[in-house]
Amino acid sequence: MKKKWYDYLWIFSLAYLLLGFFNILFAWLGLICFFVPLIISLTKGTKGYCSREGGRGQLFGLLGGRFGLSRRKDIPGWMKSKAFRYGFLIFFFAMFFQMLWNTYLVFSGTQGLRQVVTLLWTFKLPWQWAYHGILFHEGAAQFAFGFYSVMLTSTVLGLITMVLFKPRSWCVYCPMGTMTQLICKVKNRS
Amino acid sequence: MAAIRKKRKAFVESADCVACGCCVKVCPKGALQIVKGITAQVDMEKCVGCGKCAKECPASVIRIGEVEA
Ligand code: SF4
Ligand code: SF4
Ligand code: SF4
Repeated sequence: MKKKWYDYLWIFSLAYLLLGFFNILFAWLGLICFFVPLIISLTKGTKGYCSREGGRGQLFGLLGGRFGLSRRKDIPGWMKSKAFRYGFLIFFFAMFFQMLWNTYLVFSGTQGLRQVVTLLWTFKLPWQWAYHGILFHEGAAQFAFGFYSVMLTSTVLGLITMVLFKPRSWCVYCPMGTMTQLICKVKNRS
Repeated sequence: MAAIRKKRKAFVESADCVACGCCVKVCPKGALQIVKGITAQVDMEKCVGCGKCAKECPASVIRIGEVEA
């Protein structure tokens, strides 16, 4: 098939991850790939984002497919079960709201800015080199750290399952994918 | 009498499809479509049974089966 402009959005995903190493504030850009799929599913009732723009999926497809960094094995049954996918979605959101809460605490002045990126919700990586001050409130920086943590964590998980199973295994339990599919199901029920 | 001809086609187990669209991207015939963001659907007219989609599907819910032509 002929390549379209959106077939190159994996470059955006890659650039995003790299930029986060230099200036954490770039993390805000990630909101685009958070809202675009949601808006598409809410307005059009399709998962067009995943089959076209999804830069994350493309990146895994490229690394695992073209570069052969994948065992190409079937994903275990439990990982594609509804229980696991919905469970992971809930867990992911719980963590997401916790991140928002931390951001709120910094905004309200209850808590100071913590310059760490939390990997896999557990490991706190010092990340102060990517912070050079901010023109706005420090809370906006806290959000950047938090959001980048989310993105990095999902990339790491995605890379692990890419190597173990098929290139785009992440898409099976990707919370965005699960959520947009749910929205579509609800929207198209009638 | 002509022998019964069999053709290979892709079949999607809709219940487990995560609608990620990986299959849509690899199908050389454009035979796959994500219907309403819920599941993939094969256009039996277009599908040539090459199996590319089945290999790509991260959830491994596509099976290549034979149908009578
Ligand atoms: S399932 Fe997730 S990772 Fe895969 S293309 Fe969709 S949004 Fe991107
Ligand atoms: S690749 Fe598999 S899980 Fe993804 S849309 Fe196609 S059939 Fe469904
Ligand atoms: S078997 Fe080949 S032609 Fe048929 S839907 Fe899959 S990729 Fe397309």
